[in-house]
Amino acid sequence: MLLIRCPYCQQTLPELEFTYAGQAHVARPDAANKQISDEEWRDFLFIRTNVKGPHYERWRHAHGCGRFFNAVRDTVSDRFLITYKVEDPRPELSDLLEKSE
Amino acid sequence: MTHFSALSLLKNALTGHKNWDAQWPDSQPKAEYDVIIVGAGGHGLGAAYYLAKEHGITNVAVIDKGWLGGGNTGRNTTIIRSNYLYDESARLYDHALDLWDGLSQELNYNVMYSNRGVLMLAHNVHDVQSFKRHIHANRLNGVDNTWLTPQEAKEYCPPLDISASARFPVMGAALQRRAGTARHDAVAWGYARGASQRGVDIIQNCPVTAIRRGPDGRVTGVETARGFIGAKKVAVSAAGHTSVVMDSAGVRMPLESYPLQALVSEPVKPVFPCVVMSNTVHAYISQSDKGELVIGSGTDQYTSYSQRGGLPLIEHTVAAICEIFPIFNRMRMLRKWGGIVDVTPDRSAILGKTPVPGLYVNCGWGTGGFKATPGAAHTLAWTVAKDEPHAINAPFTLERFATGRLIDEAAAAAVAH
Ligand SMILES: Cc1cc2nc3c(=O)[nH]c(=O)nc-3n(C[C@H](O)[C@H](O)[C@H](O)COP(=O)(O)OP(=O)(O)OC[C@H]3O[C@@H](n4cnc5c(N)ncnc54)[C@H](O)[C@@H]3O)c2cc1C
Ligand SMILES: [Zn+2]
Repeated sequence: MLLIRCPYCQQTLPELEFTYAGQAHVARPDAANKQISDEEWRDFLFIRTNVKGPHYERWRHAHGCGRFFNAVRDTVSDRFLITYKVEDPRPELSDLLEKSE
Repeated sequence: MTHFSALSLLKNALTGHKNWDAQWPDSQPKAEYDVIIVGAGGHGLGAAYYLAKEHGITNVAVIDKGWLGGGNTGRNTTIIRSNYLYDESARLYDHALDLWDGLSQELNYNVMYSNRGVLMLAHNVHDVQSFKRHIHANRLNGVDNTWLTPQEAKEYCPPLDISASARFPVMGAALQRRAGTARHDAVAWGYARGASQRGVDIIQNCPVTAIRRGPDGRVTGVETARGFIGAKKVAVSAAGHTSVVMDSAGVRMPLESYPLQALVSEPVKPVFPCVVMSNTVHAYISQSDKGELVIGSGTDQYTSYSQRGGLPLIEHTVAAICEIFPIFNRMRMLRKWGGIVDVTPDRSAILGKTPVPGLYVNCGWGTGGFKATPGAAHTLAWTVAKDEPHAINAPFTLERFATGRLIDEAAAAAVAH
């Protein structure tokens, strides 16, 4: 069972309290202001990095505070490098890897 | 190579089974091939077999990062059925089922295909409606699938608890009698043997690290742990690792990789006559010919390449099994494992050409591609040989995610299959 730290509650809790919500930082195309092609919609809706390694992703503390937050998790070891609030900037991978050495 | 028969069995019995030949050589890579297939699972090996047998293309290598059949082919719960909702899926899976029927004879290798029937339990009104819809759609497509009352389901599968007080009441079931199971390893071995007999090289423990393209964009070969190997055509059939391999050719895939788990019990005498699936409570169960109960679980909620999977899922699955089959309450489980499955947004496979000339892909089989093995392999070989879609795999394009022409089995079943 994964242990996940909710950045809002500041507590490390069992995976069962959380739901996974897919890749983080996927920006919706700006359809209000420009023409979006089928390929751009495809990329937004369906194409994911699916990386083998550090993965930027969203989680929701469903059975706690109920809030969405972001995380970087290594998909090979399932180890979390960091969890951070939605309003926090996307952390640089190089900084995270340095810290976790 | 030995032709298996009663006579060869008898002859080898007399010498204590010590003189059987190796079934395929451990090949070393040549400098160049007409076709390289990345991934020696059932799909990749099968495609090599049909390329050689039906299209006369024998200068072929199947390359795997591990042992052949060590991926999901050797890790699945072997459920075979074809009662899918949409016409496209019904055609593809039923084509596979037709091939399963004669596969042992075709390969001269016993794949132990057993059409013992797959029973899908309906626990609520939604299940009843959705299964009946499947049954009607299947009938129009000539795919066998029938509705059973709870009593009929109990007759077909006596260990089932259909009492009114059951936590997951059985309101009926859909039965596909032609469906069943097969010996997963034997499928990989049978295709490997048949392909290698016809000149295909099977190269194991040799990860493909990148796909190489020439200045015109065409595929030129693959980079591997044992150096560059040239190829006129490359077909990627690497299940959970497909997006990683395709990335190196500059093709981004609509795939996410999740761990999917299964477990087996200690072996016991025959108690369980068929396959039972309960989509609503996420439990699949059958009994292998060795006597173990084979139990399938769900996917973890998060993407991962850990090939392990989390314990909460196992607990959930076992709890569901014990509710539906109280007789298994005190069975001991022997081992559990995980495989990495490649899931598409519509839960249908991607099988065909790619934007890169000479590059083909077979993936997205997710939690349910073992049953498709002969059909996927057979039509992939066609597409690679002729550089055009086969009538059956034609709808399963990569482009559908841009055109919107999805084959939305995800919405149809809403669960693993
Ligand atoms: C627990 C579990 C239960 C399942 N139950 C069922 C079921 O009951 N019914 C059903 O129909 N399906 C089931 N499935 C799904 C089924 O197993 C798969 O869809 C099917 O086996 C896929 O076959 P394949 O040949 O495409 O993939 P695999 O057998 O996984 O073969 C892919 C191969 O590619 C190799 N590879 C990956 N990357 C590289 C690389 N870079 N270089 C070289 N080689 C590489 C891997 O080592 C692997 O051997 C289940 C899966 C799991 C994990
Ligand atoms: Zn919280």
